[in-house]
Amino acid sequence: MKPDIPWRWYLSGLFVMLVAPAMIYPILLAKVLCFVVFACAFNLLLGYTGLLSFGHAAFFGGGAYVAGWLLRDAGLPVLAAVGGATLFGALLGWAIGGLAIRRQGIYFAMITLAIAQLVYFVFHRASFTGGDDGMQGIPRGMVFGFDLADDLRLYFFVLAAAIAAFALIQRTIHSPFGQILQAIRENEPRAVSLGYDVDRYKLLVFVISAALSGLAGALKTVVFGFATLADSHWHTSGEVILMTLLGGVGTVLGPVIGAATVVVLHNELADKVGAMIDVFMGAIFIFCVLTFRRGIVGEGVALYKRMIGEKG
Amino acid sequence: MIDIFGVPLPALLGQLLLGLVNGSFYALLSLGLAIIFGMLHIINFAHGAMYMMGAMFAWLLLDRLAIGYWPALFIAPLIVGVFGIGIERLLLRRIARLDPLYGLLLTFGVALVIGGLFRTLFGVGGQPYSIPPELSGAFDLGFMMLPKYRAWVIVSSLTVCLAAWYLIEKTRLGAFLRAATENPALTQALGINVPIMVMLTFGIGVGIAAFAGVLAAPTAQVSPLMSQNIIVVFAVVVIGGMGSIIGSVLTGLLLGVVEGLTKVFLPEASAVVVFVIMVGVLLLRPAGLFGRSK
Repeated sequence: MKPDIPWRWYLSGLFVMLVAPAMIYPILLAKVLCFVVFACAFNLLLGYTGLLSFGHAAFFGGGAYVAGWLLRDAGLPVLAAVGGATLFGALLGWAIGGLAIRRQGIYFAMITLAIAQLVYFVFHRASFTGGDDGMQGIPRGMVFGFDLADDLRLYFFVLAAAIAAFALIQRTIHSPFGQILQAIRENEPRAVSLGYDVDRYKLLVFVISAALSGLAGALKTVVFGFATLADSHWHTSGEVILMTLLGGVGTVLGPVIGAATVVVLHNELADKVGAMIDVFMGAIFIFCVLTFRRGIVGEGVALYKRMIGEKG
Repeated sequence: MIDIFGVPLPALLGQLLLGLVNGSFYALLSLGLAIIFGMLHIINFAHGAMYMMGAMFAWLLLDRLAIGYWPALFIAPLIVGVFGIGIERLLLRRIARLDPLYGLLLTFGVALVIGGLFRTLFGVGGQPYSIPPELSGAFDLGFMMLPKYRAWVIVSSLTVCLAAWYLIEKTRLGAFLRAATENPALTQALGINVPIMVMLTFGIGVGIAAFAGVLAAPTAQVSPLMSQNIIVVFAVVVIGGMGSIIGSVLTGLLLGVVEGLTKVFLPEASAVVVFVIMVGVLLLRPAGLFGRSK
């Protein structure tokens, strides 16, 4: 068992997030938070259950579209739209997860990838998504009487949602349910032999992960006011894997740090290097798989343990 | 004029033929994926990038060095095969003992790097590549016109598939390969150089992908975006199951034809039909049509 992160860490993290918009552009911070939610949801699946989904963009992109449609065309308030998108993510996750868990390992990855591509084509053809043009001009709306048109208010709204999602994921990991997930990750046949209906646990965690990915996509729509096909493209699925891998698979803070790093890197490089951004991302992927498999957090913890002379 | 469900016969046959052409590409690509998977136990995500490189090298050979289609059919797969061997030796070998999912992630990274480099160097615009004069024109079969190039694609890819099957199932080298797949440690103990077998397998697998790329060059615009089509092939592989070479070839051809027919009867579904079939197969026979469940 890894020791839990002390409370003062969480409090200092919260403090940093509260004062951060004084120094950093709030929209960039909000974007980071959207991907933090996405990567944490993904990590619940890969890091704590050992399931590699290559199709999480379907939930992220689906959540983005549904939130946009509910806000702009159905005229619902922002909380209802975000809730609806989360529900949509859960339902889509139930459908896709139910199919994908029929196979294991590498097949699971390919099936999620292929079904996500099917979803991508559906979004491409559907009329409500706006096809190649995307969904534009989505209003931010109001929350509890606060107008989110103000960037700072928007940031705190996204922060509150991200903290709620993060807390839910922590609760899941540390619950008895989360312990069974980790047992499945460590040794699936043994979990079966202990009498657990492994498929039901896998499906439930898949649904939770998909729902929170839908939430992340919805938040992104609220922040930027548009939803596009890029959100559900397989590139986005690859990106969330990279964030988790770079930060540290199966660690609590890994996806947070990984998402922040990748988003900031994208922000800094996208305009300057064009298509070379993919070369950088690919190189980081290769580097992580070859020599940095525990990610920033995992390697950092290992280094710290070596320095204080602890074995293991 | 004969109609079938309201579709004129020549149009139907034309789409059937196009389906067979696409099916030939699916067959070549899923064959390569299957033999790589058999030996290395990884899914080569960079397979689409290798296919794209085959087509791009064919175009580059013509554009920069004035080397035509026929030599390119051999040179491009050779370059890509050697490149693949380099990837296997430098990267994949280091993670051979790890969970196969790392192989998928690593080759995904390789695919991103290759795609990004080619887009940076050559842009995303399509480059025209003309059909060689020997294969332009069409045969008149009386009931339909058969473009020579389409016939050539089908015949040559089936020949390559057959050759790969013969090499693996009927030759001495193939016996070594199969032994190394079945039990690497024991095969090594018998004095067979297993690492070289692994290297050759990967080289041949990506070489076949590059061959498919050269074949595809005159049928569409050559561009770095060609690699995107690979996801359909992953679905083909899931449908067929990676159990047998013949299985993956047959599944590839069959799905190409089904896709072609969908274009006639339900055009809006043609982009998704393979994925829908995959979902159906997963519901009815999760191990795939030719797969064995483990």
